[in-house]
Parts: sequence; structure tokens; C-alpha cells
Amino acid sequence: MDFQGFGAGEAPAETPDAGGGDPREHLIVIGNGMAGCRAIEELLARDAGRYRVTIFGAEPHVNYNRIMLSPVLAGEKSFDDIVINSADWYRENNITLISSDPVLAIDRDAKTVVSKSGRVLNYDRLLIATGSDPFIIPVPGKDLPGVITFRDMHDVDMMVAAAAKGGDAVVIGGGLLGLEAAHGLSLRGMKVTVLHLPGTLMERQLDEAAGWMLKTALEARGQTVLTQADTAEIFGEGKVEGVRLKDGRDIPASLVVMAVGIRPCVGLARATGLEVGRGIKVDDHMVTSDPAIFAVGECVEHDGHVYGLVAPLWDMCRSFADGLTGKANPYRGTVSSTKLKVAGLDVFSAGDFSGGGGGCEDIVLRDASRGIYKRLILQDDRIVGAVLYGDTADGNWYFDLLKKGETVADIRESLIFGQAYASGGGQADPKAAVAALSDDAEICGCNGVSKGQVVASIGAGACTLDAIRATCKASASCGSCTGLVETLLAVTLGDEYAGERTVKTVCKCTSFGHDDVRREIVAQTMRSIPEVMQKLHWSTPDGCASCRPALNYYLLCALPGEYVDDQQSRFVNERLHANIQKDGTYSVVPRMWGGLTNPRELRAIADVVEKFNAPMVKVTGGQRLDIFGIKKEDLPAVWADLNAAGMVSGHAYGKSLRTVKTCVGSDWCRFGTQDSTGLGVKLERMSWGSWMPHKFKIAVSGCPRNCAEATIKDFGVICVDSGYELMVGGNGGIHLRGTDLLCKVTTEQEAMDYCAAFIQLFREEARYLERTAPWIERVGMDYLKARIVEDEVGREALRSRFLYSQSFSQDDPWAARAQGGEREQHAHMAQFKPLPVEEMA
Amino acid sequence: MIGEWLDIGWLNEIPVRGSRTVTVEGGEEIAVFRTGDDQVFALVNRCPHKGGPLSQGIVHSHSVVCPLHNWTIALATGEAQGEDKGCTPTIPVKVNGGRVLICRAGTLKAAA
Repeated sequence: MDFQGFGAGEAPAETPDAGGGDPREHLIVIGNGMAGCRAIEELLARDAGRYRVTIFGAEPHVNYNRIMLSPVLAGEKSFDDIVINSADWYRENNITLISSDPVLAIDRDAKTVVSKSGRVLNYDRLLIATGSDPFIIPVPGKDLPGVITFRDMHDVDMMVAAAAKGGDAVVIGGGLLGLEAAHGLSLRGMKVTVLHLPGTLMERQLDEAAGWMLKTALEARGQTVLTQADTAEIFGEGKVEGVRLKDGRDIPASLVVMAVGIRPCVGLARATGLEVGRGIKVDDHMVTSDPAIFAVGECVEHDGHVYGLVAPLWDMCRSFADGLTGKANPYRGTVSSTKLKVAGLDVFSAGDFSGGGGGCEDIVLRDASRGIYKRLILQDDRIVGAVLYGDTADGNWYFDLLKKGETVADIRESLIFGQAYASGGGQADPKAAVAALSDDAEICGCNGVSKGQVVASIGAGACTLDAIRATCKASASCGSCTGLVETLLAVTLGDEYAGERTVKTVCKCTSFGHDDVRREIVAQTMRSIPEVMQKLHWSTPDGCASCRPALNYYLLCALPGEYVDDQQSRFVNERLHANIQKDGTYSVVPRMWGGLTNPRELRAIADVVEKFNAPMVKVTGGQRLDIFGIKKEDLPAVWADLNAAGMVSGHAYGKSLRTVKTCVGSDWCRFGTQDSTGLGVKLERMSWGSWMPHKFKIAVSGCPRNCAEATIKDFGVICVDSGYELMVGGNGGIHLRGTDLLCKVTTEQEAMDYCAAFIQLFREEARYLERTAPWIERVGMDYLKARIVEDEVGREALRSRFLYSQSFSQDDPWAARAQGGEREQHAHMAQFKPLPVEEMA
Repeated sequence: MIGEWLDIGWLNEIPVRGSRTVTVEGGEEIAVFRTGDDQVFALVNRCPHKGGPLSQGIVHSHSVVCPLHNWTIALATGEAQGEDKGCTPTIPVKVNGGRVLICRAGTLKAAA
């Protein structure tokens, strides 16, 4: 339905048009898009004949629904399907449409507009509805043929033509528009890669958890999604051939769709001298700084806000039309909600889902098996935001509660389950709600267990959660119904119920214990912290300071060489590779293998102490030198100097191998039986750099006099004439514990092998922040002996898993940062120097 | 003419669930936090308990846990959470076009 202008404006007028003697005021609309036409529709509904209306459009089309371009691209709809107002509508309402002819200038003094083709028209009132322009990232190659945006029907035609040839497409931007473009191109047979600069897809609408689910779902459909992907350039000879990322990766593409965002289209308004901020500034009646000129839609800035969604546009058009027909209906801004199908997946967000106001609380429901994530943000018992993924049925209800600002204190317990459940009556008491469920109500979705079956199991004698799990399998898989099952136990057994199980949970974010979490990570081969939180139904959006470091460690241990360490889930010392002190400075301990050093190292340490004015340097209990009082920003320079002398990180700060303490052994000592220093150095070379559930200390003593204090270490070796006694599970500290004898071996190599196997068993089975002493108290020496001493094959497997893991972890973390890596962890972001006093007054 | 807001850099210079510091000559350091949902908060870089550098704590939801003694501080208000009592001054901060802007007067007042 493409056509050029018709009606009264059919022939370009060389002189200001007089409207053919029409006495009515002339309203000219610049922009034939959704906002411009909606404004006129609102006006017609109020007072149809009041204004003579002319609409200018840049595109060669009637008014169509821009939001529906995605289904057109996906091949689900035709252009005709998405037309809002056909040519008949313009004709019937005596509206002159001048299409394919954008307005280029406004003369406010003469009250005329000038179009590209040279038309000059007088206006009495002018409405600017120019919408927004796609933002083009300023990279080399952005103008190559084959690089397009996704904004109008022309772009869709280009994409459809490109997809007909097949091949690779890159979509830059993982927001709504980008994902829709990717989905459409993918359906049309192209191999699509989405590049998104932030870490989370649709980060303005979704939180990290929902973004992760979306990413996973898109990847399952064959798209490649790269987050934190920073485009360096678009390359190609004469036409686009691919995209190069700043990290050096090249992604081939015969089509590049730039969908990184939109910007209010304000060029015309600015050139006209209207007041413009991010958008064209308007008051509550959509009047610009010129009282004869109005503006609505995405080109507008109202009260500091610009909007890119359709709902605010409807509100603006109502206020505009009311104002123009003499009725005050001030626009007060719009609380936005987004209910979308992104590539066929249901997504909803509303209000301030980031909960910026302080004092906010989250209610989170995750149902991994159904792919559902719901999060409500409450403040003072009122909903202030919501994010829904997978099941958006209650989105409107939550949004309604949000807009009304009603207290939800009474339905808080069941709010997250949705309107049907929360408004079911008598639900204030969750026990009553569970008691009221019918017998065939499903309790456990994973194993399809009904309430009747659970109650029958209880009747048959299962009176604990574990017994229920063992008999009818309810709560035995994902665990999300654990609370329901426990309530059923309480309701059915009454006073006989012994109470909830005593497994200590990782933290208050989850109902799972450490062992459950580790087992599930391995069993389900989970690969990231958001994935664990989703699949195991975490009750907080991004965990807490207790669970995040634990999950990071468990993943690191389960996926050596594969899992990318999350720096922000590390305690400060492990993030900065130094020990924080009470005054906020750090202490630095370079590694001295087995406690040995030399003049070069000592000189380098002495130089560092002087150069950085370190107020103290101290010999540690683990036979190292500790340099105190180093500032965060000086750490990389300190490390560079220590690296230059051949020293690496001593890991004195980590849940990792700390030190191997030795005595001088048979080389020097008259009592020495074996080369304890040599073995100590070898053990330290083997095990340095490994991350563990807690700190880990080793010592090697050359004779039973035990000068290296090996019997209070996590792993201790006592050398004797006939070999090596291997001791485990000792520590100093608040609860002093001496080691237990694991076994005695005859060669140095065996001592090394047993040590590696022991460390790996500890790494794989101890709980995060559990040292070897409480771990051994818990599992018993018999278990350790069975795994390490008696099971030769198992020992070898443990040892080789440890060495494999070590092949990825023995990079000196100091070296990369000394060379400028991860600068953001050390450098100040900015320095502020206040100006002289009169400025501050 | 110095504006009311100081531009201190790009939002993506701050790690997600992390923090960067801004020094103020003659005053206290400011910690600028970025949460998992890309909200930005600025506080004086000092725990109300024993002065620990909050910028180095683990950030979760809209809180930070002080690295020295695990006090949890609400980023929006600076208030210690739970049983602990105390408050760290906050400074108005906003993001505009990807740039982080911190309130000039607030910075001077809080850091003084």
C-alpha cells in the first residue's frame, strides 16, 4: 500500500498554502508514525471538525504499527496486517497526508513549515512527533553496504532480501529490538550471532537471572549470544564481511543489524530553536517552549524523562488532545511496564524492578523445571517493581497493584503465587492454604506427586522430610516444594511433627545445604552462578556475601579450565591478591618456596619496603616475609618490582595453599633423616595456586623432633629413617587440633602423590569455609584411609584430577596485574580537586 | 562555570556488583557502587563500624558487606542492617547517557 501524497496536498505548492479558504485553524503534524496519528485519533474522538489537519511523513506509507515490524520480519504477518490507519481513514476524516516528504525546516515567526520537496505550508498549531532515530555506534565500517538498522519497513525489506541469500548475520545489541531482529533472521534461515555490550540481555527490562534464562533459551534455538562483547570495527571490502570485537575475535557476517538503542529525533526542533534536552522539552500539556508548537512520543522529554515504550505515548496523546480541545488533563509521566514476547518467550517487567529507593525487599520464586522466574520488589509493603519470565499471566495484576500503590501486607505470603492463589480467600495463613488444597493438587512438579499421595505417605509412617523424599519422591528432585511438603507434614501430623530438618543451609538465600548444592552442580553440569541460583531456586536475585563465594568455588572446582572465575564473588583478599588490614591498606607476601630465599629476593623486598614506605615488614609463622601498609593503588607496582626479582604471589590471602614450612633436613641438620627442604619445595611447586574450600598449610619436618611443626598443619610430613609419615587434619587457631596419621610411605614420590590425592578429596568434598580439621572430624579417618590409602585406583584418579586442575591455576595472579590487567580493581575512578573556597560556599 | 553534577566516568568502568573509588582532595574517599541490576550508588568509603573500606566489600542486591567485620550496609541509605547500628553518608549520583554523574555539593559535604 505504498503511495505518495494525495488529497489537498497533491501538488507541491510553491507558496504558503491558504487551506482553500477553510476558516478552521490548521494543525500540521510532523511525523506519520504511531504517536502523530494517535494524537489525531484522540483529537477526532473529542472534536472531529475543530481543526484542519495535515500530516507529513518521511516514509512512503500510511500509518502502521511499528511494534509489529518484528512479526513481519519473522514472516508471521504482512505489511497490510500491521497498518493502523488505511488511506480511507485519512480520506474520511479529511486529513491530508503528505508522505515521502519529511519536513526540513520550521519558521516560527512566519508560522510555516518547509518540506524536502519544497512545499511551504502555514500552520496555526504544529505537532512534532518525529519519534526516534536508531543509534549508530561510531565504529569503523559502520557505513559499509550490508550494515543496517531495524527501525522501519524499509529496514525489514532489506533484512528479508539479505536473508533470502542465507549466510551469517550479526546483530549488535541484545535489547528488545536486537533480539527480535535476531529471531526473525534466524527463522529466515540465517546463522545469527547477537553481540551485547552489557553482561545481561535486555538489561533495562530484565535483571540478571531473567536475562540469563532468556540467553539460555535463545541459545537452545541455535542463536549465538555473546554478552560483554565490545565491537571494535565492522570490516569488509566494499561490503560487510564481519565484525571484529575488541578482544580480537572476528565474527563473519554478510549482514550486520545495528540495534543498540534509539535516540529522540530532535534535530528539527533544535534547529528551530525550541528548548531541547535529551528530547524536546514539553510541559504537562505537551506544549514545547513555543506555545503554538506541541510534541508527543519518543522525541519528547517530560519532567526529565524520555520514553521508548508505547504506553506513555497513549497517555501523552490523551493529554495533548484534551489540552487542544480546552480541557485540562495534565500528563504526569508514566510508570512503565513492559509485557513482551521476545522471540516467542514471555517477559514482563514493571516499575523500578531495580528497587532503587532503599529499604526494598525482594520476593523471588523460581521454578526451574517450568522455566519460570518471578521477582517482586516491595517497599513499605507496596509493590514498586516486578520482573517475570516464562509466566507473565499475573503481570497486569502486579502492575495494577503497583500503580494503585495499595498495601499488600495481607496477601504478602502468597503474593508471588499470583492473583488466583493470593485472592483465593483465607490465605493469610499459609498452613490453611495448604490444608485447603484438594487431594489431587500437585505438590511436586518434578515427580508428579499430588497432595493425596504425600498425605498417604505420611499416613504410612513417613514423618520426616527425608522419609517423604524416600517414599513418594516429593521434594526429592529440585526441592522447590520443600516448604509445601513440610507444611503438609505439620498440618497432617500436628504436634507429632518433629519439625523441619536440621540440614544447615548454605545461607538464607536457599533451602539447600552445601552438600546438596555441590551434588546438584555436578549432576546437572551447571556452569554459572546465575544458573545454580535459578535451578536451585535461590530466594534472592543475586545471592549474598555467604553463598556467592561458595558457589564460585564449587563451580571453579567442578569445571577446571572452563569456569570463568567471578571476581565480584570473591572476598576482597582474593580479589586484590593481598591481605586487607584494619586501616584499609594491604599486606603483601611474596612466595618463598619451602621458606627458602636468596640475596636477590631479599634485596627486592628491601627495595619495595623503602620505595613504598612500608611501615613494617615481618617474618610470618609460615616462614615468609610480610610487607605491611601498601595502598590498593600501589599494589600492581609493588608486584611488578617483586616479579622482576623472580617472585610470585604467596597466596597468603587465599582459600588456597598458603605455605609449605620446612626445617633444614638432612643437608645441614645432624638429626635430619631426609631432604625435608627439598620435599617441601617440591610440594609447594606442585600445589601452589590451587583454590580450596579453606586455607591449607603444609609442613615437612626432617625428623620426629618436628621443628617445622608439621603435626598442626592440614598436611604434614614427618621424615623418618625408613620413609615418610603422612599426617593430616591439624591446625592451630581457636580449636587446636593435632594431626592424625594417614599412613606411612617409603618414597618421596609417594608422599607427593598422597598429598595431591588428599588435597583433591578435600577440594571436592569439604564444604566451603571448612578446614581439614572439622572436615575430618565429620567424615572420619576411616573414610579418608579407605579413599586414599586402600583404594589405589581412586587415589590415582584424585591425584590426576588435582594435577589437571593445577594445569590451569598456576598462573601468577600478580603478573597480569603488574602489567596493567584488571586496572579497575586498583585504580581510582576519578580524582576530585575542589575549586577555591568561593566555589564551595 | 562548574555544574551541579560531576562527571566521573563511564558506567561500564565500574564492575557489575562492584565498586570504584573517587578521591577528594583534602577529604574522604568516595565509593561508587554498581549493583547487579545496574543501579549506581555513592557512599563515603568508610564503614560506620570501624572505618573499613566499603568499596572492597561484596555487593549483593542493594547492599555491600564490609570486608573487615561483615557488617551489611544498605547502599541507598548508608544504614547498617540487622542488629548493627550506624550510618555512612550517601551522595546523590545518577547515570546519564552511560556517564556516571555525582552530586558536587553532596561530594564536598560528605567528604569534608
